[in-house]
Amino acid sequence: MAILSVENLHRRFGGLHAVNDVSFQVTAGQIKAVIGPNGAGKTTLFNLVSGALMPSSGVVRFQGKDIQGRRPYEIAALGMARTYQNIKMFAGMTALENVMVGCHLRGKAGFFSSMLHAPWTWGEERAVLKKSMELLELLEIGECAHVLATSLAFGQQRAVELARALAMQPSLLLLDEPAAGLNIYETAEVGRLITKIRDMGITVLLVEHDMSLVMDISDEIVVLCFGEKIAEDLPAAIQNNPEVIRIYLGE
Amino acid sequence: MKRILAILPLLAAVVLVQLLTTWTGTQFYLTQMTMAAYYSLLIIGLCVLMGYAGQISLGHAGFFAIGGYLSAALTTRSLVPFKEAALVRLLDSCGLLHAGKDLYGAELLVVTPWAAAVFAVLVAALIAVAIGIPVLKLKGHYLAMATLGFGIIIYRLVLATPWFGEADGISGVPPFHLFSGVTVSGESSVRIMNYYLAWGVLLSGLVLLINLMQSRIGRALRAIHGSEEAADAMGVNIARFKLQTFVLSAVFAAIAGVLLTHYNGGIGPSEAGVMKSVRYVAIVAVGGMAHLWGAMFMGVLLNFLSLRGVFGSYDDAVFGLILIVIMLFAPDGILSLLAGRKKKAATVQPVQQDGEA
Ligand SMILES: Nc1ncnc2c1ncn2[C@@H]1O[C@H](COP(=O)(O)OP(=O)(O)OP(=O)(O)O)[C@@H](O)[C@H]1O
Ligand SMILES: [Mg+2]
Repeated sequence: MAILSVENLHRRFGGLHAVNDVSFQVTAGQIKAVIGPNGAGKTTLFNLVSGALMPSSGVVRFQGKDIQGRRPYEIAALGMARTYQNIKMFAGMTALENVMVGCHLRGKAGFFSSMLHAPWTWGEERAVLKKSMELLELLEIGECAHVLATSLAFGQQRAVELARALAMQPSLLLLDEPAAGLNIYETAEVGRLITKIRDMGITVLLVEHDMSLVMDISDEIVVLCFGEKIAEDLPAAIQNNPEVIRIYLGE
Repeated sequence: MKRILAILPLLAAVVLVQLLTTWTGTQFYLTQMTMAAYYSLLIIGLCVLMGYAGQISLGHAGFFAIGGYLSAALTTRSLVPFKEAALVRLLDSCGLLHAGKDLYGAELLVVTPWAAAVFAVLVAALIAVAIGIPVLKLKGHYLAMATLGFGIIIYRLVLATPWFGEADGISGVPPFHLFSGVTVSGESSVRIMNYYLAWGVLLSGLVLLINLMQSRIGRALRAIHGSEEAADAMGVNIARFKLQTFVLSAVFAAIAGVLLTHYNGGIGPSEAGVMKSVRYVAIVAVGGMAHLWGAMFMGVLLNFLSLRGVFGSYDDAVFGLILIVIMLFAPDGILSLLAGRKKKAATVQPVQQDGEA
């Protein structure tokens, strides 16, 4: 069953067709990769799907609901989480607090009960703390919990961002270049982690430039070039697709 | 429990100040300390708006004035001429009116301080909602401009309206019996009690806001400050949180206005002036935008000095200067200068990565 389907999606920036008539589906439980050269429109596609950008036209359907044009916080509430190519930490907050924000939607404490530090919010707060700590430990950065997130090393910030997205307990996770800037060992680690996330029952839509990682872990691949979808297939078939080879060699 | 313990030293300092003034026979200081405490209630509310929700209000004197002026007018302006009006009769039968005699022995019918206070704070909250809903959906500092306009309107309104006393303001505002034995009043016989009352109100406000900041809501607010885009993607309804914070800060300002007006026994148009709003923003900036303790401390200190007349006729100029100097040399507040060096070294921005194929 398709958890996400994108139909004839368009996004123009002035005269530039950053995403041009793109359609594809993501099946629940799979890892689907979106690849393409720099400027192909991959990040723009993610922004359209997650609500950060409005499409010029087209349909984005998530869990059977049309979500194009909805605000990101509404789409998040439907069970979609994402990370960013250019990491967006919550400055001024610790790694742990960053992850705790990821639990926002699971919480119920409002303005008044929070101001009064009402007893019925204590249990929720403890649960959020525990869960967030567990996620940091899952990503092996438990020791950084109380460090300001923006002062962490690059790879650790990536991990915090991932933990934060997982804290949302999403059904679909969008990862925009999770291995960018990481060395080969860290990249392999990220690959194992993404597979683990999929096995936890979270569908993954992945943008990644590291081809060996993509070929290793993806169930299906979409190829974008200058905003257009030029191929969609299994990894083995993509590797042998002449047009894809031409684009990547001709770069 | 830990949070209560955190304010114990402050509580001790409050008691110490009272004892010192009593021993040294300088109890008159308590009057300014009481007034400074009420102003600081407004300051800490504004601090949450500026520091945590990242919005600037240049109209908080307006909310203070709504609280103060409505309380003052409703509790002093006699309703005798409207005695037969349906609304007045209804209020009277609900026990919200108070009959008495004025200075010259004439019959007087006014709204009780409690009813006036609740009404005044509600009006401030509703106006904050009305300003905030359209404005806080926009990005950037539109709130600063909208509240500046609002502040100017309130100022001109009280100056032009006889019911608000025009340039003279309103005097003769009665004491406010909060509950049995506790009265907001400037009479020297209840000076010490009012000092403790004002500080009790301020510290309660502080505890409420500290609780808020350490909760789910506070994290969401700080996240908005850290990265609006990411907070949005985590499910934080940014416009709603900014609105709620704005209304909260307006309510704090209005409560401060109500209480200080009953304490002073009156209110004048300078309380509604835009210079007052700028002063409040300057004080929050000195204390450190996102620093409740710093804002409160600076609120008490600077208001106390100002009320003692230390700045003379340069009062407003001093606060303008403070604002400029802080923005230039210590945008994170005075206290950050002390902790500053450590922090700078620890903050390393990630390099922007544009992955290679
Ligand atoms: N907000 C924007 N305004 C104008 N043009 C934009 C905007 N965002 C992206 N673009 C343009 O749209 C095109 C697609 O950009 P996008 O970031 O989606 O590419 P990408 O596939 O993610 O590239 P990369 O691999 O470098 O991350 C680029 O030409 C880019 O310059
Ligand atoms: Mg990109």
